[in-house]
Amino acid sequence: MLSDIKLKMSSSPHIRSKTTSANIMLMVTIALLPAAAFGVYNFKLPALIMLISTTVSAVLTEYIYQKLMHKKITVNDFSAVVTGLLLGLNMPASAPWWMGALGSVFGILVVKQLFGGLGQNFMNPALGARCFLLISFTGQMTNFIYDGVSGPTPLALLKSGESVDTMSMLIGTIPGTIGETSVFAIIIGAIFLILMGVIDLRIPGTYIAVFAVFVGIFGHFQNPDIGFFDPQYITAHLCGGGIMLGAWFMATDYVTSPITKTGQLVYGALLGILTGLFRLFGGSAEGVSYAIIISNLLVPLIERVTLPKPFGKGGEK
Amino acid sequence: MALLTFKGGVHPDDGKSLAKDKAIVEVKPKGELVFPVSQHIGAPAAPVVAVGDRVLKGQKIAEAGGFVSAPVYASVSGTVKAIEPRFNPTGSKVNSIIIENDGEYEEVEYPAVKSLEEMTKEEILNAIGEAGIVGMGGAGFPTRVKLSPKEPDKIEYIIANCAECEPYITADYRRMIEMPEELVGGMRAVLKLFDNAKGIFGVEDNKPDCIAKLKELTKDEPRMEVLALKTKYPQGGERQLIYATTGRAINSAMLPADAGCVVDNVETMITINRAITEGKPSMERVVTVSGNAVNEPGNFKVPFGTNQAELVEAAGGFKTDPQKIISGGPMMGFSMFTLDVPVTKTSSSILGFTKDEVAEHEPTACINCGRCVEACPSRLIPSRLADYAERHDEETFTKHEGLECMECGSCSFVCPAKRPLKQAIGSMRKIALANRKKK
Repeated sequence: MLSDIKLKMSSSPHIRSKTTSANIMLMVTIALLPAAAFGVYNFKLPALIMLISTTVSAVLTEYIYQKLMHKKITVNDFSAVVTGLLLGLNMPASAPWWMGALGSVFGILVVKQLFGGLGQNFMNPALGARCFLLISFTGQMTNFIYDGVSGPTPLALLKSGESVDTMSMLIGTIPGTIGETSVFAIIIGAIFLILMGVIDLRIPGTYIAVFAVFVGIFGHFQNPDIGFFDPQYITAHLCGGGIMLGAWFMATDYVTSPITKTGQLVYGALLGILTGLFRLFGGSAEGVSYAIIISNLLVPLIERVTLPKPFGKGGEK
Repeated sequence: MALLTFKGGVHPDDGKSLAKDKAIVEVKPKGELVFPVSQHIGAPAAPVVAVGDRVLKGQKIAEAGGFVSAPVYASVSGTVKAIEPRFNPTGSKVNSIIIENDGEYEEVEYPAVKSLEEMTKEEILNAIGEAGIVGMGGAGFPTRVKLSPKEPDKIEYIIANCAECEPYITADYRRMIEMPEELVGGMRAVLKLFDNAKGIFGVEDNKPDCIAKLKELTKDEPRMEVLALKTKYPQGGERQLIYATTGRAINSAMLPADAGCVVDNVETMITINRAITEGKPSMERVVTVSGNAVNEPGNFKVPFGTNQAELVEAAGGFKTDPQKIISGGPMMGFSMFTLDVPVTKTSSSILGFTKDEVAEHEPTACINCGRCVEACPSRLIPSRLADYAERHDEETFTKHEGLECMECGSCSFVCPAKRPLKQAIGSMRKIALANRKKK
């Protein structure tokens, strides 16, 4: 009899989309796999050990912290996996595995959990960890060994005015961190994320475009031999260093990027300018990590000045 | 041409295939029928019958309680058994007239009607008001009041809301397929009230058959146009519909009339047509009974006052015990704790589901993904508004335009963290609106 049935009551809507946060994080993990696979191909066993070390320690740190603090265990949402994997991809394969593990502990514990866990961190945990390691172990973090030889990255060569082979930069057979070298592998993952609706072009598109224009103009001032908008120079900058990995996988981190649509464009432009400034006029050849974490800090401000207009008050168009 | 639409919105599984092809079946209820005196926005109607009176089908049983109000008519013949508070579908107790149906369906003699050409505007408005017609899409605003704006000459568009964007509901669809000429007739009557207006039928493009039928019927009507709209929820939201069809945008503080528009849904237009051409009051409507717990989903023409449990029986009852029953659509309808409530002027559907999707998901932390921002047709930031609401920060909530929310539920639908965004925002809006009234 119907009157015996216990009916559930709740306020509308009564249906939910199938996408969950865990699905999204899993898709990001999958999208990182081409870059990870190429890294292992390029840098062999040490790369694999590093990736496993950072990923496992990130998940373990989150688990142990939540267990000790009697919080709900949320490691199955894949967010710690993404953080660990991203950090691993940002490590040189030649660094010792424990350094990666230490970075993961820092990223998850200090940058993420101490600020309240998923959604509360104001800085990308993987990048926070990388910058922590860069400052603590500058030598080992910037020593890139390729084919058994320690040498400068193409970006460093570019900065000192030497020529680079853009084709091998596209494919990724160059020195660098584990996951940043292959533009090709990164783009495969990025296309997957765009097709799955996980990311859109607002942040990475503006980031890359503004950065390209910036180095196109100011490359000349850093090195007078370079003409304005030299296509080969711009291409080398786009394919070198961490900009592709950063633009597609780290600048697009939901938690640490603006939620407003206009804000995302501002954020992307800011990243492009900062990365350009750091690369051309900064102390080192690379600047993506610092550009992203500095921009992370400016997100609340960007959101404040880019609040959308509601429908019927000018926001309908 | 690009399809007409608005920014934002979501694409839930529409579930319409369950009942879409089921022709409208008439339901003849037995036993007692319950007529709440308040089935509309505005003052409750005042009963004009007493316990023990015999009433006929089509007889007025409650008189409008003011200008913004609507009379109520008996939909069957029988005896007034009681006048007492009863539950309505939204779960509140409302004073209701209870009539024991004698099964005779003996009707009153309806007043003689003139042809539309001979009727004055005043007569048309009076006929609509007297028939107790209210917005039957769910809001229940008295139609007579809606059709009496301060400056009728400034109304340029009469928009028939044929979007039916809520999943599962197919009542309007069946109306348009089976009796499109009545819909056009209703439009004709309303257009007579507004000399400078054009009539628009806004139909989602998932109903190409309706678009074709309406186009065929209106090809010799210079003042009417059929527009195909993109299939997207909430295309049938009043503000979204006006924007899609006319490019005009109104905010929460404005009425459609401020943008020169009047919007009425299919069922309302058809009821207007009946009142004008047959002199019949608002006494019945088409209700969709659907959902995966229902044996034979379908569309039913039901007299007001019919017990909803009886209506579900007409659809073959439940095949499995439902976990959730919804009055209205799954996006904006109300969950019900009992089916022992009457079909009213605003009941568009009864949905029974074997599983409650909402209860299956535990809300998790917001990851700031922005899907709610993308989906919000009011162009707000739902995740932040929900934060302010949860903190009871009314000031920031209002400053960030929380009152512009129309509670369509798109944000809660898309949220991957399954946060109850609309629910939090909705509660805060009620508080903020109440406080604003106090000032």
